[in-house]
Amino acid sequence: MKFAVIVFPGSNCDHDAFHAATHVLGQSAELIWHKDTDLKGADFVILPGGFAHGDYLRTGAMARFSPIMREVKAFAERGGPVLGICNGFQILLEAGLLPGAMLRNRGLKYRCEHVYVRVEQTDTPVTCGAHVGQVLRIPIGHGEGNYYAPPDVLERIEANRQVVLRYTTADGQLDDDANPNGSVHAIAGLCSERRNVVGMMPHPERAAEPALGCVDGLVILESIVKAFATA
Amino acid sequence: MSIDSATIERHGLKPEEYDRIVKFLGRQPNLTELGIYSVMWSEHCSYKSSRVHLKTLPTEGPQVLQGPGENAGAVDIGSGLAAVFKIESHNHPSFIEPYQGAATGVGGIIRDIFTMGARPIALMNSLRFGSLSAPGTSRLMEGVVAGIAGYGNSIGIPTIGGEIGFEPSYAGNPLVNVFCLGIARQADIIKGVASGVGNAVYYVGAKTGRDGIHGATMASAEFDEKSSEKRPAVQVGDPFMEKLLLEACLEVMQTDALVGIQDMGAAGLTCSTTEMGSRGGAGVEIDVSLVPQRETGMTPYEIMLSESQERMLLVVKRGREAEVEKIFDKWDLHAVHIGDVTSDGMLRVRNRGQVVAEIPNRSLTDEAPVYHRPMEPPAYLADVQRLDLDAVAADSTMPEATDALMALLSTPNISSKKWAYRQYDHMVQTNTVNLPGFGAGVVRIKGTDRALAMSVDGNGRYCYLDPKHGAMLAVAEAARNVACAGALPIAATNCLNFGNPERPAIMWQFAQAVEGIGEACRVLNVPITGGNVSLYNETDGKAIYPTPIIGVVGVLERADAVVGRQFKRSGDVIMLLGEGRGELGGSQYLQTLHDLVRGLPPRLDLEAEKALQRLLVDLAAERLIHSAHDCSDGGLAVTVAECCFDTGGAGAEISIGGLNIGRDSRLNDAVALFGESASRVVISTTSDTVTEILQRAAAVGVLARVIGETGGNRLRIAVAGRVVIDASVDDAERIWSTSIEHVFARRVA
Repeated sequence: MKFAVIVFPGSNCDHDAFHAATHVLGQSAELIWHKDTDLKGADFVILPGGFAHGDYLRTGAMARFSPIMREVKAFAERGGPVLGICNGFQILLEAGLLPGAMLRNRGLKYRCEHVYVRVEQTDTPVTCGAHVGQVLRIPIGHGEGNYYAPPDVLERIEANRQVVLRYTTADGQLDDDANPNGSVHAIAGLCSERRNVVGMMPHPERAAEPALGCVDGLVILESIVKAFATA
Repeated sequence: MSIDSATIERHGLKPEEYDRIVKFLGRQPNLTELGIYSVMWSEHCSYKSSRVHLKTLPTEGPQVLQGPGENAGAVDIGSGLAAVFKIESHNHPSFIEPYQGAATGVGGIIRDIFTMGARPIALMNSLRFGSLSAPGTSRLMEGVVAGIAGYGNSIGIPTIGGEIGFEPSYAGNPLVNVFCLGIARQADIIKGVASGVGNAVYYVGAKTGRDGIHGATMASAEFDEKSSEKRPAVQVGDPFMEKLLLEACLEVMQTDALVGIQDMGAAGLTCSTTEMGSRGGAGVEIDVSLVPQRETGMTPYEIMLSESQERMLLVVKRGREAEVEKIFDKWDLHAVHIGDVTSDGMLRVRNRGQVVAEIPNRSLTDEAPVYHRPMEPPAYLADVQRLDLDAVAADSTMPEATDALMALLSTPNISSKKWAYRQYDHMVQTNTVNLPGFGAGVVRIKGTDRALAMSVDGNGRYCYLDPKHGAMLAVAEAARNVACAGALPIAATNCLNFGNPERPAIMWQFAQAVEGIGEACRVLNVPITGGNVSLYNETDGKAIYPTPIIGVVGVLERADAVVGRQFKRSGDVIMLLGEGRGELGGSQYLQTLHDLVRGLPPRLDLEAEKALQRLLVDLAAERLIHSAHDCSDGGLAVTVAECCFDTGGAGAEISIGGLNIGRDSRLNDAVALFGESASRVVISTTSDTVTEILQRAAAVGVLARVIGETGGNRLRIAVAGRVVIDASVDDAERIWSTSIEHVFARRVA
């Protein structure tokens, strides 16, 4: 399968996502510049982490105007799988491909550390290899990952089973201390109603090789390949 | 207009220096020329006080591809790759404006690295503040840490470690030393050189504003009061702009259309044009009216002296301009052709065609003044070097050893710095093999089996008590930390933070420290490939502790053989390599428990240190050890405690021999537990490997002995058969890991 990794000016996990797709998963991948207007036949689109356009104005706010985003939207509307990681998640929210918004972390500080997330849904292209309730240890690295949606939206998200990952303790319990940024309903990952677009704050590509001391991110990455193979 | 003596003085130039300028030019300089000389001959750019001493440092070796004098040093790390690295200070700006001062420090060192054609893959920093409990320190530290995080996180280079120290002497002069390392293909290394008559000089990056024009040169006849109001004292960083510059420059470097490139750091356009011309033996001619400007009405003087951030100067081969411009356009950066390389060795500055400055390049660089400043040992030295342990015991209530350990674990110099490094993205680029706080910073090199380990270290207290010895210990500790990770130390960089060099006592400290660094680097085979000197770190005539910070880089042949500080499993044997020598001088124990900064720092046998490091590298390569942790601040007891931390509460039983140094038995215990004798490392291994390690150590003359075993959930240490420390690891770890966090939590509350 072929991955497209979108490169915005200020993306800084683009090479990491590319490395994960090619070196870790053994698939083909192409870095696609934000001014391009063609996804070049990709089967899966990754919006990587970073600080697109410097995150000036608001995280992800400018990136949605990049020419390639029209293609990403069209791709998603056709049912194509899209994963936004960290800043990519923020861009998906700003682009309206996922509901809600990001606020600054509770505590107002950037946080980089390993956290635990519990898999809530497995009928998405990034969790189909996991089992419900599975707890993954994956790093985060963000200053604005405090997910927010108004009560009615939140109700709809929950009713539609769109929450894919929640911050929990190591044994899968919801606990305020285990929520690193104050996200409502401890939401760490979210999918679209059609379930093909997923955003997540944790970085699976940072936990995908033994050399990095943690391989739980492989559950996410290998799900992508599995979903493609069984589609 | 002729230059009066007040103007010369305002530019920080001595009358004899002005005479020298007149001699070089064969005429009086104009104000723009005076400004150019003043910044190029400033201590910061010319190293006029330090140069004679720095020349004595070892800078060569088969591994060195680029020594001092370029934007950064470079060493061979195998597979045709080079590690390009340097450390630099941003002390003064960080005190004035902590966030931006620290942020632009990070931005500056990153530019130095990618300017050489290397992709930056790791940042580290060494920070010093006043006592954390003193008013203002936490605010300053919060700003500095946020500034480092704000810049590094955004540009996507992991901050993988470093050190933070607190001493009252840094209260008015915090230190912010920033280290960056990048990887380049050796064949792709590019220099800051201008050559080839007719080649084009390009300016790219942020527009030039009035920011950062040096304080000494700020007040001049051309400024009125209003313009000075607009001029911020510290530059403002834009990591997004720098990210674009980084990517665009690395892309341009792939084309071989460049002759040379240099960032505009200190002294901005002036320094980059003259240094590039001087290195290439060429002249550079530019027209300042072509320089992109952020403000209107800027004079040639201001444009040449501005230190606006995120700007680069490039020399492009004639005929290749369009190719280069196209790449910058892709990144929405505008590359502007502002001048050309000439053959006459002059820096010629025009403004709309009219010549406004014309100076021989070499007079600004190689022929800048050099001083042999007077030196004499400081008056305080003889007194502070005296330490009477019996008097210490008599004068104070001697604490129980367990209480002393807890006090040390909670002292900010020793306690966990997680509060800071959690704010740094230390995992971006997915190379970080050793997380911050777990020993030396270690990053793997993708595409190879190797990893690089790096450590920045320095102990101002030791250097205050004995600058030469303290500096040697800094080199030894940085190299030892690298070796503990399993990497062979191959090169070093230094950042020399001192007071006013015009005072003989400070100059003596400086010269002594450089001598110590040279001696240690020679024996440990870590040549200095570059660095930075920061002088005048004093307030109201009171200087900081002399603080040389040493960064050492080492190569780990197999990334997966990396060794960390933590004990790995229960039932492992704990061994001590090296020997306690009954030393307590300059220790953290004396400072924390007895409020004393006294005595001589630990002795250092460089040959023994070298043997120890070599042994560690071999043991790691053969996967014979599970953990390795260097004994430094707080001595053996703190070291063993730290080995227990971040393991989920694993305990240890330790038994060591007693000492008979003084009359008080508690003090004798304290020396054994908390003395900071150098060249010691605590390792853990399986019981069936012990004999082999003992033999290997004996063969290379390193003293090794079994001192205990891992297991349980308590840390117990016996001295001469008596258990003197007995603590729950969980309790000890809670104290160690939350002490700094609590200071900031209280501040918010």
